[in-house]
Amino acid sequence: MPAAEKKTVSARKATIAVLVDNEPGVLARVVGLFSGRGYNIDSLTVNEVDEAAGLSRITIVTYGTEMVIAQIMAQLQRIVPVHRVCDLVTQGLHVERELALVKVASSGDKRVEALRIADIFRARVVDSTIGSFVFEITGSLDKISAFVDLMRPLGLVDVSRTGVAAISRGPDPI
Amino acid sequence: MTDKQMTGSEILVKVLQDLGVDVIFGYPGGAVLPIYDALCQQNSLRHILVRQEGAAVHAAEGYARSTGKVGVVLVTSGPGATNCVTGLADALMDSVPVVCLTGQVPTHLIGNDAFQEADTLGITRPCTKHNYLVKDVDDLARVVREAFLVAASGRPGPVVVDLPKDVVTASTAYARPSAPIQHPSYSPRLKGDHDRISEAVDLLAGARQPLIYAGGGVVNSGPAASQLLTNLVNMTGIPTTLTLMGLGALPASNRNFIGMVGMHGSLEANMCMHDCDVMLCVGARFDDRVTGRTDAFSPESRKIHIDIDASSINKNIHVDVPIIGDCGYVLEHFIKLWKSRQARCDGDALDRWWTQIDGWRQRKSFSYKRSDTLIKPQHALEVLNRRISGRDDVYITTEVGQHQMWAAQFLHFEKPNHWMTSGGLGTMGYGLPAALGVQIAHPDALVIDVAGEASVLMNMQEMSTLAQYRLPVKAFILNNRWMGMVRQWQEFFFGGRYSESYMDSLPDFVKLAEAYGAVGLRASTPDELDDVVDEMIATPSAVIADIVVDPDENVYPMIPAGAAHNQVTMSPDEEVVLDQVHKEEGMVLV
Ligand SMILES: Cc1ncc(C[n+]2csc(CCOP(=O)(O)OP(=O)(O)O)c2C)c(N)n1
Ligand SMILES: [Mg+2]
Repeated sequence: MPAAEKKTVSARKATIAVLVDNEPGVLARVVGLFSGRGYNIDSLTVNEVDEAAGLSRITIVTYGTEMVIAQIMAQLQRIVPVHRVCDLVTQGLHVERELALVKVASSGDKRVEALRIADIFRARVVDSTIGSFVFEITGSLDKISAFVDLMRPLGLVDVSRTGVAAISRGPDPI
Repeated sequence: MTDKQMTGSEILVKVLQDLGVDVIFGYPGGAVLPIYDALCQQNSLRHILVRQEGAAVHAAEGYARSTGKVGVVLVTSGPGATNCVTGLADALMDSVPVVCLTGQVPTHLIGNDAFQEADTLGITRPCTKHNYLVKDVDDLARVVREAFLVAASGRPGPVVVDLPKDVVTASTAYARPSAPIQHPSYSPRLKGDHDRISEAVDLLAGARQPLIYAGGGVVNSGPAASQLLTNLVNMTGIPTTLTLMGLGALPASNRNFIGMVGMHGSLEANMCMHDCDVMLCVGARFDDRVTGRTDAFSPESRKIHIDIDASSINKNIHVDVPIIGDCGYVLEHFIKLWKSRQARCDGDALDRWWTQIDGWRQRKSFSYKRSDTLIKPQHALEVLNRRISGRDDVYITTEVGQHQMWAAQFLHFEKPNHWMTSGGLGTMGYGLPAALGVQIAHPDALVIDVAGEASVLMNMQEMSTLAQYRLPVKAFILNNRWMGMVRQWQEFFFGGRYSESYMDSLPDFVKLAEAYGAVGLRASTPDELDDVVDEMIATPSAVIADIVVDPDENVYPMIPAGAAHNQVTMSPDEEVVLDQVHKEEGMVLV
């Protein structure tokens, strides 16, 4: 193994917040960086967060060794319209949330069970027909994955997930 | 200054003039006709018409690398832009400041598969430092200025500005801005962190077997950085190696220079890399041609790395003291601290280290067997080197292959910016158009493209450009009738099965030269060589010198891909010592 990796063989998760100019092409640049250099993307979200300053925030969940994550951050920083890059995992405490819409079609006991579990997970019903529900659920990646897994035998039809939004705890930005 | 209505094309020309651009390499077409119309109505911007757009980018690279200024390219939409891709990728890999202005179909047609439309932004995104599409004539001046700032500052690189036809024909009020432009997010760090530099000084001073390993970043930082590097080397007496891209950053005649490092570098440079205890890397990037096997790379050393690009640090090799900043700034700071602390390496240890290095040096790793009947390519370069040494108006470009490596080994550079070769991308066809660009920048200089017969054919059409502008570039072809470097790898790694590497049906280069209005010369035996080299240099016009060399010669020493620095193959008499694992790696690696 390369000498550089001896110290940090184990991969970890990173949740990277990237503040960028909200201009066409910037998302392609970021995504192209990941695909071009073979980094993983577990989740990616993007939206404008400061209309006046024309800034968007991209949140990327990835994993890799310390060296790879440092490399990803440096590569992101190199992109011309990128203002700030921050790994929330090493930055201190932070909150991560994802929203999912989960469609379940079933009847009888299964339908009742689906509702009961949704209740436990604090998922809301946002659409219902005689034979189906759409649940809205927010939470950590794990919580949503657990909910989706439980729905599988109960008539899971489709899932739409937003990807992770993340923000640091406390009064400071990022 | 009062605002004046101008068309986009006029504004573009004005901004280029204001930025100090004096030459554009380009090729016209539908989408850029308005710009060409504006160009022919002024005198201060010179346009050089190449014969293929790819050559325009290489010419701009040659211009940029030999002057330190930004090279400028102008091409049309669609095929004009796509022909530039190789050059842009080349400039990105070798950090060459180039601004490439591409025409584009009118904004209302973008996305319609219009005639000569290509997604230039999408295609060039991964092979540029940055790119822009100008959608509004009011943004044009700012974007072009910004493009020059981005191309030239920080780690330099190519920038594309895509210009839709309706934008360059639209009119707007234009006033020259009073202040230089500022970019909201882009601001490369020039000065290194003081504490890190201080740590680095202490680390280097404590070394017993130190090594300085410097690269193209020193050249890119400007001549002052090369001078600072030379001062540091002289002050400390530390053995110093340069990368292919860094040649000239320290004079080759400096007694502390131990030759180029890497796959075909000198034995002493590679052994020093392997055995040093502290390595000071300045503006180089530990690429795989330099490191060989990363897990066996310089195992005992503590490493300091100065680089303006944070992403170059800890990318391939873990370093102990990273310093992010411009080589020039950091070296200046480093030297100041070194002096104020009266730092010095342990003299006895350094002497012992030099004794060991001299032992490696004595093995003369670049030596080769002379022949009375065949011109050895190395010999041809030795003759050339003798003829050009002592002159500081000589610029060398190369193509890619064995001849390139021999040129790096046998030609000696005393100054930066005099050696232009495609290092990172390894682009055959680079040398002739790059030489063209160098000659435009230095009309009275002796500009020589050290070429292979296969590579030079890739942009041979540029002989016509040389003729048009009376550019006396010399193509010095080491003609071995093979894609020599490919043949060498097939010999070493593929059982001598020479698949498609023989160059059949080559043109008669002497007649070809004549067809282009240049002078053709040929040397086929060693006794013809000296006269041909002299005549080539003395000829006031462009020359193709066809040097018919030994077809079987290989480049030594060689660290095969997948091997460590102390596993050097020195000569054909030595077996390539590779166990099966590494042989397979060698086949997979490039
Ligand atoms: C555009 C391009 N295509 C292919 C290659 C792969 N390649 C590297 S060296 C080489 C052979 C070069 O032959 P020649 O120019 O005659 O130089 P020699 O090695 O014989 O000195 C080839 C094909 C390359 N580097 N660039
Ligand atoms: Mg050849």
